[in-house]
Amino acid sequence: MGNKQTIFTDEQLDAYQDCTFFTRKEILRLHGRYHELAPHLVPMDYTNEPDCKVPLSLIVNMPELKENPFRNRIVESFSEGGDGNLSFNEFVDMFSVLSEMAPRELKAIYAFKIYDFNVDNFLCKEDLEKTLNRLTKEELTPEEVELVCDKTIEEADLDGDNKLSFADFENMISRAPDFLSTFHIRI
Amino acid sequence: MDDGDNKKKKTNGRGAPGKGGGRARGRRTSPVSEDEDDEEDTPPRPRRAGERRRAARKEGDEDEDDNKASKKKRGGAANRRRGGDGEGGDGKKGRKGRGKKGGKGGKGEEKGDSTGKEKDKDEDKDKKKKKGSSSDSNSGSEEEDSMSEGEMARLMEEVEEKKKLIATMRNKPWRMKRRLVLLKDAQQFVDKFEGALGKGKGRKWFAYKVMMTKKWIKFQRDFDNFKTSCIPWERKIKEVESHFGSSVASYFIFLRWMYGMNLVLFGFTFGLVVIPEVLMGLPYGSIPRKTVPRPEQDTAQDYSVLMDFNGYCKYSVLFYGYYNDQRTIGLLKFRLPLSYLLVGIGNFGYSLMLVIRTMAKNADVGGGDGDESEFTFAWKMFTSWDYLIGNAETADNKYASITTSFKESIVDEQENQKDENIHLRRFLRVLANFMITCSLGGSGYLIYFVVKRSQEFANRDDLSWYEKNELEIIMSLLGLVCPPLFETIAELEDYHPRIALKWQLGRIFALFLGNLYTFLFALFDEVNSKLEEEQDIKNNSIWIMKEYYANFSRLTNDTEATPPPMNPADVIRGPCWETAVGIEFVKLTVSDIQVTYLTILIGDFARAMIVRFLNYCWCWDLEAGFPSYGEFDISGNVLGLVFNQGMIWMGAFYAPGLVGINVLRLLSSMYYQCWAVMATNVPHERVFKASKSNNFYMGLLLLVLFLSLLPVVYTIMSLPPSFDCGPFSGRLKMFDVIMETIDLDLPAFMGTLFSYAANPGLIIPAVLLMVLAIYYLNAVSEAYKNSNNELKKKMQLARDEEKNRRNNTDSTNQVMKDLEDLLPNRSFIPPPPPPPPKAEKPQPEAKPTKTKPGSAAKGVKVQKDVALASPNPNARGPVSQAPTPRAGPRPGRGAPAN
Repeated sequence: MGNKQTIFTDEQLDAYQDCTFFTRKEILRLHGRYHELAPHLVPMDYTNEPDCKVPLSLIVNMPELKENPFRNRIVESFSEGGDGNLSFNEFVDMFSVLSEMAPRELKAIYAFKIYDFNVDNFLCKEDLEKTLNRLTKEELTPEEVELVCDKTIEEADLDGDNKLSFADFENMISRAPDFLSTFHIRI
Repeated sequence: MDDGDNKKKKTNGRGAPGKGGGRARGRRTSPVSEDEDDEEDTPPRPRRAGERRRAARKEGDEDEDDNKASKKKRGGAANRRRGGDGEGGDGKKGRKGRGKKGGKGGKGEEKGDSTGKEKDKDEDKDKKKKKGSSSDSNSGSEEEDSMSEGEMARLMEEVEEKKKLIATMRNKPWRMKRRLVLLKDAQQFVDKFEGALGKGKGRKWFAYKVMMTKKWIKFQRDFDNFKTSCIPWERKIKEVESHFGSSVASYFIFLRWMYGMNLVLFGFTFGLVVIPEVLMGLPYGSIPRKTVPRPEQDTAQDYSVLMDFNGYCKYSVLFYGYYNDQRTIGLLKFRLPLSYLLVGIGNFGYSLMLVIRTMAKNADVGGGDGDESEFTFAWKMFTSWDYLIGNAETADNKYASITTSFKESIVDEQENQKDENIHLRRFLRVLANFMITCSLGGSGYLIYFVVKRSQEFANRDDLSWYEKNELEIIMSLLGLVCPPLFETIAELEDYHPRIALKWQLGRIFALFLGNLYTFLFALFDEVNSKLEEEQDIKNNSIWIMKEYYANFSRLTNDTEATPPPMNPADVIRGPCWETAVGIEFVKLTVSDIQVTYLTILIGDFARAMIVRFLNYCWCWDLEAGFPSYGEFDISGNVLGLVFNQGMIWMGAFYAPGLVGINVLRLLSSMYYQCWAVMATNVPHERVFKASKSNNFYMGLLLLVLFLSLLPVVYTIMSLPPSFDCGPFSGRLKMFDVIMETIDLDLPAFMGTLFSYAANPGLIIPAVLLMVLAIYYLNAVSEAYKNSNNELKKKMQLARDEEKNRRNNTDSTNQVMKDLEDLLPNRSFIPPPPPPPPKAEKPQPEAKPTKTKPGSAAKGVKVQKDVALASPNPNARGPVSQAPTPRAGPRPGRGAPAN
C-alpha cells in the first residue's frame, strides 16, 4: 500500500484510469516496467509529474516490442515529438491503445500512423513498400513487391489518388477479421 | 420559492462580477485549472491565439451573439451544436467528434498539434464571450426567472457533456498529456457546477444523488480493479502468447474460461447438494444405501477396487446412490431431493446461458464480415503481423509464413493455376473420405463391442486388470490413434492447409461424437437390463424383509416386540443403475486425464529429451530432422477439452463428485500444459490465425452441450429411478419431487395454478406462440441480412464506379458496358464529347460519400448517402449518353457538339 502512495497520488491514478483502459494495478505495473527501462532516468516518485523521457533505443528493446518489425514506428508514432522518446504519459498511452480493450476506431487511427512511415498522413506506395519489406524481411523480389503494393492500393483506394488516406484505411481495416486480434500487445 | 430565490441570487452573484464569473462558467476546454489563473490569463490570450483565425472567428461570434440576443430562451444546445458543426466541417475526421462534443469534435482531429491548441483557446474565448454576454443581459433583464432557467438548462447540458467527455476520454485519439489536462478540467467543472443544478425542493435530493453517483462510480472502479486482479494466469498466458502467437494462447484462454465455468458448476453442486448431505444427512453405515454390502466389505479398501471407484468410493457422496430420499434433512429442513434435481437442471441452464452469452459477445467483437476477395492484399499487408509475438523463433516463423502467403496470393493473382490431373485428385479425395468413414464406423463398432463385452464381464469375478478397464483403454486409444491416422489420410487429399484443418477438426469431432454416442447407447442397453433385474430384486428384498420379521417374531414368540432392524450391510439391494452410469463416466474421465497427461509426458517431454540429448551422439540431426520437437496440437487439445466437458455435463447428474474432479483436472492441466508447451514444444511452422476461432470453439461446445443434454433429460423424464438408492428412490419418476413440493410446500392455489399451466390447452398455444416468435425473428433477421447484402452490393458498385471513373471514362460495370455495346452505329458517333471536365468534377463531391462506408457501423443513414450518390456519377458519366442517341440522335448530339 505504501508503495502505491509513493509513486502516484490517488488522483493521478484515477485520472490515468479515466484516460486509459488500465486498472490501477496495471498502471503501477506499467510504471514498474517504465522504470525498469532506465532506472537512472526515471524517478520512482511520480507525484509531482517529473519531466523525463526514455529514449527510443531503450523502449524498442522491451520483450513485448523486440520482435516486432514495426517497433520503431510504433514508438515514434506515440511520441509527441515524433522522435521516439517517450514520457511516461506517452508510454501509458501506447499500451492503452494497444490493449485488448481499446475500440477498433482508436486502434485504426494509430495503426494508420504506424504504417505511415513518412508521416504525411497518407499511406503512399513508398510506405507500403517499407511495410511489406519489414513483414517479409525483404524476401520478395522487387517485382513482387511492386505488384503487391499496386494491388493493395487498388483494393483499398477509394478516391483514386493512388495513395491511401485514413478514410480508405479505416474502411479497409474495419472489415478485416484479424485486425483486433492481432493488433494488441499484452503488457 | 425561497429556494428558488436563493438559487437565483447565487447565479446572479456569479454573474455579477462580470466577465470573470461568466468566463468560469463558460470555460469548456481551457487548459488552465484555476479560476484566478483564468482571469490573469485572459489578457495575453488574444495575443497567443493566432491572428489569422481571428477575423473569421469574430464573424461567427457576432452571429452567435445575435442569435443569443434574439432567442434568449433557447438553450445553448443549438448554438453549441452549430459552433461544433462549423468547426468540425473543415476536417473529414471531424465526425469522430460528431454532435455531442460540439466544438470539441473539431479539435479532436487536430490531435493536439499546436494549431489545435490555439483553436482551443480561441474557442474558449468565444464561449466566454457568449456566456459573458448572455449572463450580462441576464442580470440586466427583468424576467430573471426564465433566464436562470435557460441558464440552468445550458449548464445542465454542459455538465452532462463534460460527464460524457469524462466517460469517453479514453477513446479519444489525443495525447495523454492533453487528455489528462482536459480530464482534470472537466472534472473540476462538473464538481463545481453539478451542485448548482437541481431545482427548488429537489435540490437536496439532487445533491444526494450526485454524491451517490460519485460513490457508485468509485465503487465500480474498485470493483473492476478487483475483478481484473482476480483473473488468474494472466502472466502465464502472456508468456505462452509471446512464444507461440495468439493461436496457441487462444487454447489457454479457452481453458481458463472453462475453468471459470466449472468453478461455478462446482459451487452449485457442492454448495447445494454435496455439503448439505455430508453435514446434515445420515452418516455412513446408517442405512443400506450408505453401507458397503457385506460380501464386498473385505475388499472394499483395496487400492485396485478404489481405483475402479468401487468399494467405499461407490458408497460415498461422489455418487448418486449415496443420497437419501428423505424429503427434508437437518434442522434447516433442507429439501435435498428437490435441490438435487434443481441443481442438475440448473447446471445445464447456467452452462447454456454462459456459452450463448459468450458467443454473442464474441460475435459482437468479431465485427469483420468482409468478403475474402475484396481486400486480400490489403489485409495481408496490415493485419497479418501478430503484435503479440515476442519470441525470436516465432517471429522468424511468422516472417516465413507471411512471405509464403504473399507468394501464394501473387501466384493466385497471376494465374489461376490449373489442375493437371483433376481425376486423380478427385479419386484420391473420395478414397480418403471412404477410408475415414470406414475407420469411423470401425471405431464405433469396436466401442459397441467392448461395451457389450464388459456387460458380460460384469457377472464374473476373475477379471484381469485389462479386462476390467477394457472400455476406457479402448476409447482412449481410439482417441489417441485416430487423429494422426486421419491426418495421414488427409495428406492424400492435398487441400489448402486451412481447409485441411477444418476437415481434420470435423473428422475428429465426428469420431469423438460417434464414440461418445455409441458408448451411450451401449450404456442404455445396460441400464435397461439393470432395470429389469431390479424388478426381481425389489420383490426379492421385500420378501426377505418380511421373512426376516416373520422369523424374528417366530423365534421370540412375541408378536408385539419390534424386531431390531436388519444390519444395513446385509440388506439385499438393487443394481442402482444411476450409480453405475456415474461410475462409468467418472472412470472415463479419469482415464482420459491419465491418457492426456501421459501423452504429454511421453509424446512431448520424452521426445524433447531424446531429441535434445541424443542429438550429441546421433548420426543425423535430430532437432532438424526426423523426430524433431513436437508442435502444440491446438485442434486436438481443444476438442479434447470440449468432449471432456461433455462428459462432465452428462455425468454430473449421476456423480456429483465428477465436477470436483474436473475442476482439479482443469487446474492441474493449466499448469502442466503451460509448462509442457513452454518446455517441450516448438512454435508452429505455419502460424495460422486464431481469427474467430474463439467462437468456433464455443460453437463446438454448444453443440456438445446440447448433445449431452439429451440423454440426461431423457433419463430424468422417462426412466424410473432405482427403488433403493438415490434421492428419488420410491418415486415413479424423478421429477415427481417437483410435484411433491408443489403439493406439500406451496399454498394450494399454486398447485392449481401449476395444474392449469400444465394443461395441454395452455401448453400448445404457448408452444405455438414460441414457434411463431421464432419464425418472426427469423424472418426479420433474414430481411436484415438481405438489406445488408443489398447495401454491400451498392457500396461495391459505388466503389467500382469510383475506380473506373479515375482509371478511364469507360464503365467497368458489365450492365453499362452491355448498354453501350447496344448503341446503334457507334462508329458514326464522334467519341464521347469531353467527359474529363464533367468526370473530374464529381470527384471532390464523391469523396465524402466515399469516406463514410468505413464507418459502416453508423448504420443505414450513411449508406443511404452512398446509395443516393452512386447513380449520380452515372448520370454524368459516359453512360448518360447512351439513351440520348436512341431517343433522338441528331438533335441530341448536335447540341453539345455545338
